Amino acid sequence: MAEKKAVLTGVHFMSGDVACAEGALAAGCRFFAGYPITPATEIAEHIAARMPKVGGIYIQMEDEIASIAAVIGASYAGLKAMTATSGPGFSLMQENIGLAAMTEAPCVIVDVMRGGPSTGQPTLPGQQDVMQAKWGSHGDYEIIALAPSSAQEMFDLTVEAFNLAETYRVPTLVMADEVVAHMWERVVIPPAEEIKIVNRKKPNTPPEKYLPFMPDDDLIPPMACFGEGYRFHATGLTHDEHGYPRTQVSEAQTKLVQRLCDKIRKNVDKIVRVEEAMLEDAEVVVVAYGIVARAALSAVRKAREQGIKAGLLRLITLWPFPEKHVAKAAERAKAIIVPEMNCGQMVQEVERAAKTTPTYHVSKLGEEPHTPMEILEAIRRYC
Amino acid sequence: MMEALEHPFAKYLRAAMMPHIWCSGCGNGIILNAFVHALDELRFDLDKLVVVSGIGCIGRTAGYINVDSFHTTHGRPIAFATGVKLAKPDLEVVVISGDGDLFAIGGNHFIHAARRNIGIKVICANNFNYGMTGGQVGPTTPLEALTTTTPYGNIEHPFNLVHLAAASGATYVARWTTLHVRMLTISIKKLLQRKGFSFIEVVSPCPEIYGRRNKMRTGLEMMEWFRKASVIANFSDPSKAEITPERIVVGEFVDVEKPTYEQLLYSKMAQIAKEETE
Repeated sequence: MAEKKAVLTGVHFMSGDVACAEGALAAGCRFFAGYPITPATEIAEHIAARMPKVGGIYIQMEDEIASIAAVIGASYAGLKAMTATSGPGFSLMQENIGLAAMTEAPCVIVDVMRGGPSTGQPTLPGQQDVMQAKWGSHGDYEIIALAPSSAQEMFDLTVEAFNLAETYRVPTLVMADEVVAHMWERVVIPPAEEIKIVNRKKPNTPPEKYLPFMPDDDLIPPMACFGEGYRFHATGLTHDEHGYPRTQVSEAQTKLVQRLCDKIRKNVDKIVRVEEAMLEDAEVVVVAYGIVARAALSAVRKAREQGIKAGLLRLITLWPFPEKHVAKAAERAKAIIVPEMNCGQMVQEVERAAKTTPTYHVSKLGEEPHTPMEILEAIRRYC
Repeated sequence: MMEALEHPFAKYLRAAMMPHIWCSGCGNGIILNAFVHALDELRFDLDKLVVVSGIGCIGRTAGYINVDSFHTTHGRPIAFATGVKLAKPDLEVVVISGDGDLFAIGGNHFIHAARRNIGIKVICANNFNYGMTGGQVGPTTPLEALTTTTPYGNIEHPFNLVHLAAASGATYVARWTTLHVRMLTISIKKLLQRKGFSFIEVVSPCPEIYGRRNKMRTGLEMMEWFRKASVIANFSDPSKAEITPERIVVGEFVDVEKPTYEQLLYSKMAQIAKEETE
């Protein structure tokens, strides 16, 4: 259950960025470190105003590298912590996202995607960071990434991101886009007692027996925090169950890195969420996420009106990839259409999961998201 | 039969992490020793201490001290420590790292943490080069010094770390060499008892990697340089606190108090909470 004073229960008209900030507070986030960047700045601004009222900490750091480092520090000191940014800042954060994955620091990173590469188009939407979300830091690791498609989901999925981060001790990413972030919509914030809250698993062993990186059967180690008397060590180096560096021991690397991947991979069915619409008999399946999925739903409805058996698979979880759901939808389909605001990113995963079903990408760059008509046109072309 | 006696400082160190990685003649052990002495003399509550290090030889210190500790990415210990300190202001958070980590890749974090007066404490081992990667030029390498990446002599002007710290707003600034063990220990004790952003530079010998390329083949020769060149000039102008072959100016340069970031933050939060309830 959420802490009452932090939850603005009621029906609101708010932007996606503000809904995201409220979602964080409702989830129990009590530390935010960030750096101004369009189109994510409003998250920081809203949290700067709200955080002191719930007894939490807001700090504007000197850059995004410092922001994510401070977030990991606060997480290790026991607080739920978050940062929010856009593409350029997300790139700067990558090394320390790897540190968070390696040291299993629960934290949430919001990337409000704009047009890239480089400074790109700061005020226009994009979906160009979705592969970076998965592969951005060096080395092998797994993260969780969610894609909201409304202001309501900016609230709901930010809460869920914290719950997933705390459950799996993994950096969890909210991959929003400029439209979802800046759009004002109706947002319903439920009563505190109806908001499910997950807190990290704490050790029940005494300090002298505590091994900070010894996992339970679920592959997740219980987490002590600084100042609790456990006196433990954590490092970005390959380490053993004690947290001590084992940089020359091949088994230590195999054991640790495999577990960091497996704790997510073996729980895919528990983590992954999709929304299906009119998929039962669909011959043309549109796979979409974020704001584009809303145009896709409209296009699918229009196609049905015209007698085309179209359906929508909306990816709420981007990573781990909902492979089974795509494969199942592809079994019956004659064609899969993937509209994205990039030159073709998630389409590669879709294509891999769809196996022999022809998969077509509908790219849109440099302006507003796809219109329903543009997606309908693609449905008619490939049906 | 004599019973095996435990070293009185054994409780401060993680025996499982020994042997340490440091070369013979290295000054890092002296810094660790001074730090542990300071803790012992203060009877410091080890459950209230967090040690954070970055990457480099001295970066391994976080793993050697038996307290809550974190070994961050290169250059980021101060930013990480900021998160810890603000989340749990009752903890003492000490960053122990090197000149390359804190002042090249991490320089931005240093000046901003000092400017904000975050109540973290920073001890920098300045060995004039990147020791762990085999002796490349760094932000404190003296002019004309030979390193693996300045084979014809260094043409970069080095940072004066105590001047930089003072100008950035640090409330306590001192420099000692590893020869000045007692002064260093006294300074570390002061550092641990202060509220604001505090900084000690420790000029430290690196004979294996730096010294042997610069006519100081052994730790002893480097310590000889420190002995001959050091001049104690307490509260002298830090902008004139030079490090040259002839003269190493050491001492305390700044000792002032001003409100810390976390003091201002938590008093602001209390005020807002009060207004909310009214």
